[in-house]
Amino acid sequence: MKMVVHSVGVLGPGITNWESCQLLFKEQKPYDDSVMPDPMPSILPANECRRSSDVVRWSLQVAQEAVQHSQLDPKTMATVFASSGGEVGILHKICQSLESPTPLVSPTLFHQSVHNAAAGYWSIASGSQRSSTSLACYDSSFGGGLLEAVTLLSADQEESVLFVTYDTPAPFPLHDTRPLLAPFAVAFVLSKRSLPNSVSMLNITLLPTPSNHVPTTMAHSSLERLRLGNPAARSLPLLRNMTLKLADSVYVDFLDNLQLRIDHQPCLP
Amino acid sequence: MTPLYFGHATIVSSIGRGRHAHFSALRERQSGLQPCDFEGRKLPTYMGKVEGVEEVSLKSSLSHFTCRNNQLALLGLQQDGFDDQIAAARRRYGAHRIGVLIGTSTSGILETEHAYQKKDPVTKKLPATFIPRGEYTQDTFSVAHFVRKYLGLTGPAVVISTACSSSAKVFATASRYIESGLCEAVVVGGVDSLCLTTLYGFSALQLTAQGPCRPCDANRDGLTIGEAAAFVFLEKSNINKKEPNTVLLGYGESADAYHMSHPHPTGQGALLSMQASLDRSALSPSDIDYIHMHGTATVANDQTEDRAIATMFQNSTPCSSTKGWTGHTLGAAGAVAVVLGDLCLEHGFLPGCLNTSTVDPTFSSQILVHNQERPIQHIMSNFFGFGGNNCTLILGKRR
Repeated sequence: MKMVVHSVGVLGPGITNWESCQLLFKEQKPYDDSVMPDPMPSILPANECRRSSDVVRWSLQVAQEAVQHSQLDPKTMATVFASSGGEVGILHKICQSLESPTPLVSPTLFHQSVHNAAAGYWSIASGSQRSSTSLACYDSSFGGGLLEAVTLLSADQEESVLFVTYDTPAPFPLHDTRPLLAPFAVAFVLSKRSLPNSVSMLNITLLPTPSNHVPTTMAHSSLERLRLGNPAARSLPLLRNMTLKLADSVYVDFLDNLQLRIDHQPCLP
Repeated sequence: MTPLYFGHATIVSSIGRGRHAHFSALRERQSGLQPCDFEGRKLPTYMGKVEGVEEVSLKSSLSHFTCRNNQLALLGLQQDGFDDQIAAARRRYGAHRIGVLIGTSTSGILETEHAYQKKDPVTKKLPATFIPRGEYTQDTFSVAHFVRKYLGLTGPAVVISTACSSSAKVFATASRYIESGLCEAVVVGGVDSLCLTTLYGFSALQLTAQGPCRPCDANRDGLTIGEAAAFVFLEKSNINKKEPNTVLLGYGESADAYHMSHPHPTGQGALLSMQASLDRSALSPSDIDYIHMHGTATVANDQTEDRAIATMFQNSTPCSSTKGWTGHTLGAAGAVAVVLGDLCLEHGFLPGCLNTSTVDPTFSSQILVHNQERPIQHIMSNFFGFGGNNCTLILGKRR
């Protein structure tokens, strides 16, 4: 299943946007993962942004970056939001309030707790009324989102798809059940046809077990820790190939017995 | 789209276990709703609770998945011989050619609520017994993980979680998976179980009814939260040679882009998904015999949905909600309505809204309050979730 990547938005420890991510892969700057972004996506009204969860701010920041680089109208884009934990910070607050025998749950927190909260805020902010899917697939959430995005293009003939995948570590004590290393978010604007400024062409194949390939890793030890430490960062090998314009395949584990092969072909400038 | 056949379909909800119990309850107009005392919490509302979920036991190799949501899923999979039928299909297609797509909103969050109530008073840590089980219980993907393991399937699987449209959207994704060749057939379903998060959360939003919910009633005062598990096995051909068989003919998806918890007042987002479902099934409004409403019985939902239906159908097509029977089963509502729709097509049956005495006089669509029995060919079902997430499905009969 083929698709074209028009643009990317990315955010992680020591990664402030797609440009900084590319400098990192080109080894034009050292990787300092102690610098943690604090995104305030301008697509959200300022007062709303302050009240928003980390998940909403991180996912909408990368979505906005990818859409801006694509020069396409976000109203035309179907959306796929993939996350393992979703609104873990909000769930923590709700579970805390439910410890009381006579709990008071904040109505705002409750509607912010749904897995598709980020997708909902995006559709309101961007005005997109196209199909919007929010999904979860534990450590395979990047792969699950990729399959949803590519099938929206191939089976539904959607013109373009905004695919966002993200996870943020939960606060203590929920964190102990799922100790993610750091927040990470990445967004891609995808379509069937290439445009003059398109970045890459991808061909996605679901490989049945057993596969002869180990998942593609990162040579840099901190980036490899990040790849394994956040489901959304399973995208790092693909982002590296995109940056270095490597015509090469990336293997991503999918569930306990499958793999995705992502054949990458850079678009000519 | 290519129609997808219902190889098998089953359901468990507060009105009973399995297809027969559900059709009997629909015909006899027996509601599953009762006053809320979930976990000893006497809230001023009703609930649709499935009896006996706590007693369901997962086999030892899967016991780490034990939580109310997965127990409810298992209870569902065991109705009407569904699990045996999937075992036969697995031999036919190969385990890796069958996908698993499940919708849920809260998954096993009840386990996490319990864990917070049992935090260590000094360290504030969650119980050590819970920590390694979070992945298999609370985690949003847990229910698809469990269903896939229990049924011995190895194809692709994800959980879709778009609040109350979750297990409607799994039908759309299943169609895309099959169309793209990712699998030959898909187990789709919806599972959502009672928990304090939704009981107190909807209550905080002042959206829960004091008595059993009354869809489309002039004096409706909110929804009743229910729990359910419903599953459908979707495949490309009529393997069982059941005639006529229920098929998925179309789906439509849209976003309101309006508000996180209020529907668009004119129903404009709902109309987009309804129109998309007609386009995809190559049907026109006059082909639809019955509209199975989302009909949660909140003031805003039913009013908006009535407007959308009246805009598209005037008052020519009967419509109703079945939430008076099951309550609003949230992330399971999609699969529940689809299996109830399958029963309506099979038996030639149109349910009239239960608990509804006076239809809202401001409504313009043709709201049914009494059951009708006559053959029907096509059903449109609507689903709307928080975040303004809409999905519409069209079911029909094909040989």
